[in-house]
Amino acid sequence: MIALWIVLGIIVILLFIFIGIYNGLVRLRNAVKNAWAQIDVQLKRRHDLIPNLVETVKGYRDFERETLEAVTKARNVAIQASQTGAGPAAQGKAEGELSSALARLMVVVERYPDLKANTNFLALQEELSSTENKIAFSRQYYNDSVLRYNNQIQMFPSNVVAGMGNFKQAEFFEVTAAAEREAPKVSFS
Amino acid sequence: MIWEQIRSNTVRSAWLVALMGVILLALGYVIGLFFFDSAIAGLIIALIVWAIMNLVAFAQGDQILLSVAGARKISKQDHPRLYNVVEEMTIASGLKKVPDIYIIDDPALNAFSTGRNEDHAAVAITSGLLQKLNRDELQGVMAHEIGHIKNRDILLMMLLSVLLGTIVILAWYASRFMFFGGMAGGNRRGGSRGGGGGAAVVIILVIAIALMILAPIFAQLIYFAVSRRREYLADASSALYTRYPEGLASALEKLGTSNVKVQRANQATAPLYIVNPFQKKASLSDLTATHPPLVERIRILRSMDGGAGLAEYERAYRQVKGQGVVPATALSGAAAVGLRAASAESGPIEPAAEQVARARETSDLMWRMNNYRTIDCPCGTRLRVPPEYRRPSVQCPHCGRVHQTPG
Repeated sequence: MIALWIVLGIIVILLFIFIGIYNGLVRLRNAVKNAWAQIDVQLKRRHDLIPNLVETVKGYRDFERETLEAVTKARNVAIQASQTGAGPAAQGKAEGELSSALARLMVVVERYPDLKANTNFLALQEELSSTENKIAFSRQYYNDSVLRYNNQIQMFPSNVVAGMGNFKQAEFFEVTAAAEREAPKVSFS
Repeated sequence: MIWEQIRSNTVRSAWLVALMGVILLALGYVIGLFFFDSAIAGLIIALIVWAIMNLVAFAQGDQILLSVAGARKISKQDHPRLYNVVEEMTIASGLKKVPDIYIIDDPALNAFSTGRNEDHAAVAITSGLLQKLNRDELQGVMAHEIGHIKNRDILLMMLLSVLLGTIVILAWYASRFMFFGGMAGGNRRGGSRGGGGGAAVVIILVIAIALMILAPIFAQLIYFAVSRRREYLADASSALYTRYPEGLASALEKLGTSNVKVQRANQATAPLYIVNPFQKKASLSDLTATHPPLVERIRILRSMDGGAGLAEYERAYRQVKGQGVVPATALSGAAAVGLRAASAESGPIEPAAEQVARARETSDLMWRMNNYRTIDCPCGTRLRVPPEYRRPSVQCPHCGRVHQTPG
């Protein structure tokens, strides 16, 4: 009789441990998903900022047309890639090209002192450079979340639960475009 | 990995909180024996005072603290750069909500965070510091403060400061009663017990006096010990979030060179600030220090040349101090984390124009926060109209143009 109770007790304890680990894994997986969604929020923000930027810069009559057009075009490609669901690789490439087009624009801006004194433009520039940072930090946080989740899946005893609950490893975000791997160096002096 | 760090911190901190609790109970016990002849009464008084202080702290603690520090809340339009930097660090740390951002109108260089959990948190920075730091440095400082929020230091420090406050208050009142009003009570008690109780009363008296003197000191030492450790861990978090330890290191360097004291700081709020608002010189292994020496914190951050992760901070810490700081559980499975390059804005030598622009930005903010209205006269003069000025127009003292007073 006592042996039966002990066995029952052990089963209940194991069950509780199982539930705890399982819920922990679900939490981590949700964190990964949420972190991925955060990246999209920031990318979307950048798309929304660009029309304002183009509008402000356009006012300066002799501003280089092709630089502006390149930015607008890269933005449209990036939006299309995100809306048609071209896959993370294609989307990453489009966003990378948008980043480098913007970086070129910021270099060209250096030649227009009037523009650099425009408060409207300065505010936009702050927003834009902060959005670039936010994109980078949201990707960094995504990778941190993936690392935590994957670690948990691989380590004992949670790996047993992960196997039973069909938890799959998440993929790290890797910067694909060579242009994007190097943060655009722009000097504002 | 941060997950485990929090858990391990929670366990260790629970012990320290428990130790403080024991000190509080011992104090209550002795007070009860001395004043009421009943230990239970003393314990109940101690617990009631503690409970009331806890209720106040949880409901209003952060607001009280911020108003004691003279901090005022800002929104995004007030200072876009600061707001953006805090947002960036919120994203990097994975906090669910951007903490409220406060500014303290004070030329001293300091910052702190408070609140009770991730959803009710605030960061505050002095206008002096905001003006002094470039973007990377500001990021390092804000990441440090968000590290305090993320590592749940704000809650722990609130619990500890409530305990400390209760102990200090009890000891203070008890000792006053004992020396001024308590003499009569002591005599009355001695009389009722007769001659035999005299020795016992003396022993209780000695223990009571010793506890009343020592309890606040012990409690304060525990408080400071916790605070020092937390500073290192928040530095480690800052390096991890920014991937750029040099930002915080160089900010700390600027903080160290300033000797302006925070006007509205006191001993109880001191551990909250990023650097000790009182201490000027860094001294080694000082038990009463609320913060580790700046020099050491900078040296550790600058020794992190192999990455920005917790493991690398631990390695740098060992190299500088000879022992570890990050809990072992936090290090298991921590992969190497790469560093990033300095942002374009923060070169080795800061252009003077940049510093002037920052100073102007901050002073504009402070004028606005004090409800001054600004008029930019076409002659280049910037007029500041005080809030109590009621006339519909104002004349530029430089060129004589008459401007409408803005509403």
